[in-house]
Amino acid sequence: MYTQSLNVQDPLGQRAAPKPLSLENAEAQKRFDARIDADGKIEPQDWMPEAYRKTLIRQISQHAHSEIVGMLPEGNWISRAPSLKRKAILIAKVQDEGGHGLYLYSAAETLGQGRDQMLADLHSGKAKYSSIFNYPTLTWADVGVVGWLVDGAAIMNQIPLCRCSYGPYARAMIRVCKEESFHQRQGYEALLVMMQGTAEQKAMVQDAVNRFWWKCLAMFGPPDTNSPHSEQAMRWGIKRISNDDLRQKFVDATVPQAKVLGVTLPDPDLKWNEERQHYDYGQIDWDEFWNTVNGNGPCNKERLATRVKAHNDGQWVRDAALAYARKHQSTPRKAAA
Amino acid sequence: MNTGLQLKDWPLWEVFVRSKQGLEHKHCGSLHASDAAHALQMARDVYTRRQEGVSIWVVPSQLITASAPDDKDLMFEPAADKIYRHPTFYDIPDEVGHM
Repeated sequence: MYTQSLNVQDPLGQRAAPKPLSLENAEAQKRFDARIDADGKIEPQDWMPEAYRKTLIRQISQHAHSEIVGMLPEGNWISRAPSLKRKAILIAKVQDEGGHGLYLYSAAETLGQGRDQMLADLHSGKAKYSSIFNYPTLTWADVGVVGWLVDGAAIMNQIPLCRCSYGPYARAMIRVCKEESFHQRQGYEALLVMMQGTAEQKAMVQDAVNRFWWKCLAMFGPPDTNSPHSEQAMRWGIKRISNDDLRQKFVDATVPQAKVLGVTLPDPDLKWNEERQHYDYGQIDWDEFWNTVNGNGPCNKERLATRVKAHNDGQWVRDAALAYARKHQSTPRKAAA
Repeated sequence: MNTGLQLKDWPLWEVFVRSKQGLEHKHCGSLHASDAAHALQMARDVYTRRQEGVSIWVVPSQLITASAPDDKDLMFEPAADKIYRHPTFYDIPDEVGHM
């Protein structure tokens, strides 16, 4: 699971002024540019411009945080899943999200950013994560909709990242994408089952779709006309497809799925455009989106508090494991086979 | 295993997984763990949730010695002009068939 409000920029005032290129770096910069132009990969030990490194650290760590915080809205339903089967599925999915977070933290660490620092930035509220997780999961149908739409949007976003110019990020994304398909399908299937149920259950699904649809469209990030950093990310081969193009792909893919499911997507302007060969859709409420990104969504405080508490409550486990390791450091172990 | 490392935080480990018997172990990622046994347990949970492997190696990342990217030309370039090391360098009459 993931999103795009990834790579949310710091406010203007906090940004460092760009450093002038030194002569020494000019040659390295030229080699870097040539490799990017040839669609080659950059690996951790390679020279890279500081801005490229910083952009990747910010994007990959935000991505990792999103995976970790994304465990919370779904974890909320593990103890209340309607059957043992659904509970097992949900546990597996939430465990996957934790794994995805770890792949991504590891990728970010190859850029020289410490795990502790990333966690500290998340816990202090300095680092961003996907704002989709700052909305509550009120009913069981929300769990299905998160799988179908939120993970569906995440997949749209993540597939092009498998071709990202930074090797460790691209490799992490390939692993994530392989696992993500299960997430979307289990969500959609859970909704299909509900749609064969009572009128109340069907209404529950429709209500969940109504609450999540627009938030999912916003997950792709600001419109291309208002996304000043996209161009540089495209130039660097970090971003491959623009926000609006990905959003359009998502809408086009989702409309037929909604039809099969028997739900209405809550947008009166949503209709097929014969000329464009795409679906047209209505206006996204960007004020609401930015308000949530900036910490004022319905669950921002609760999510962060839960995350910090989980981390602090686990401190004694980490300490104990370390104490045990220190104690046994000189004890020989069996060699690897 | 005595890694000789000063333990302050859980150190970083590189993880190698053998996907099936008969194939080599392949690097698949890294993780933090307090010791080798812990690293193996974590690697199992993080990298083999879907039967991706039948065997795991974990190695403290700090113990890996890597060639430097700047030495790439020095290390690997000299092999580029030794095309006679490849079978396709040699023309063999068609009637000889596969050789």
